[in-house]
Amino acid sequence: MIETPVIDGMKALFPGLAVSEFRGQVRLVAPPDQVHDVLESLKERFGFDFLADVTCVDYLDRPDAPDRFGLVYVLANTKANWRLVVRTHVGGAEPTVPSAVDLWEGANWLEREVWDLFGVRFEGHPDLRRLVLPDAFESHPLRKDYPLRGRGERHNHPFIPRSQS
Amino acid sequence: MAVSLPDNVLVTKLDELASWCRKNSLWPMPFATACCGIELMATGASRHDLARFGAEVFRFSPRQSDLLIVAGRVATKMMPVLQRIWMQMLEPKWCISMGACASTGGVFDTYCVIQGIDRFMPVDMYVPGCPPRPEQLIQSIIDLQEKIQREGTLSGREIDQPERQVLPRALRITKPERGT
Ligand code: SF4
Repeated sequence: MIETPVIDGMKALFPGLAVSEFRGQVRLVAPPDQVHDVLESLKERFGFDFLADVTCVDYLDRPDAPDRFGLVYVLANTKANWRLVVRTHVGGAEPTVPSAVDLWEGANWLEREVWDLFGVRFEGHPDLRRLVLPDAFESHPLRKDYPLRGRGERHNHPFIPRSQS
Repeated sequence: MAVSLPDNVLVTKLDELASWCRKNSLWPMPFATACCGIELMATGASRHDLARFGAEVFRFSPRQSDLLIVAGRVATKMMPVLQRIWMQMLEPKWCISMGACASTGGVFDTYCVIQGIDRFMPVDMYVPGCPPRPEQLIQSIIDLQEKIQREGTLSGREIDQPERQVLPRALRITKPERGT
């Protein structure tokens, strides 16, 4: 369970933060232009030394969502055994958030994965290439408007007949 | 004109002799990408003992093997790798597509899973099941041995025909005996 001083301290530092709680898990919702500062203060002032995960949710056609993509940062303070989720929402044709690689090296591949599957750009990422899909892939398949069976990528290979192999 | 041969001399065709040697010393290359690989391992292990059919020498180098067993689903990113492994294997070589996923994509009808490896490379035997029991895989190896004996040639003439279609052969499904 996270201590209230962290939440109160963060609220004092960033008046734009929204806080919500669900079954004992605390979330801070930050505007996208502040999310890097929020993460930095959590690391420097409150000892969140471990970035457990960066992931994303596509809220396409969800009228109650503030914007299309909801980014999720799961942080941990390994000394005090705290966990905290920081969220932000981005949208537009080229959704972009600042990269967290300068704070935690481990964000490198996590952000590449989000870029690969959701197409969210991370400004300042040292090497923003696809992580899991082939480099030639052109879509971001975990977006809700991408068809489940794809756009023919799975059929896009040459056939090797027996006489040529 | 009668020719008398001593008892320890047999007359056969060279092709048949080569096929007989080949079919009894298949060296599998396991390409196990998912759960079917577990049954493949069980097939090679002592209870089912693939060595009874001369195919126990699993080689992890395509250069040293002549039977590719594709066990599991193949992702779009993995297909070029599988094709390269197939091309690296030396003739004569054969391919078994093991399980629903390798043969058809199985339940994974999604953007990233190949809907049957036979769309992009030749396959000699299809093994149905999810996963197939080791007995089924052994049956497919026995059927493959029969196929090798039937159509194999020393010079590989049967392979050098571009128009030749590799058609699936119906598998004999044998009922596993209870209590063994
Ligand atoms: S056929 Fe079934 S057991 Fe085999 S790889 Fe596919 S899901 Fe796994």
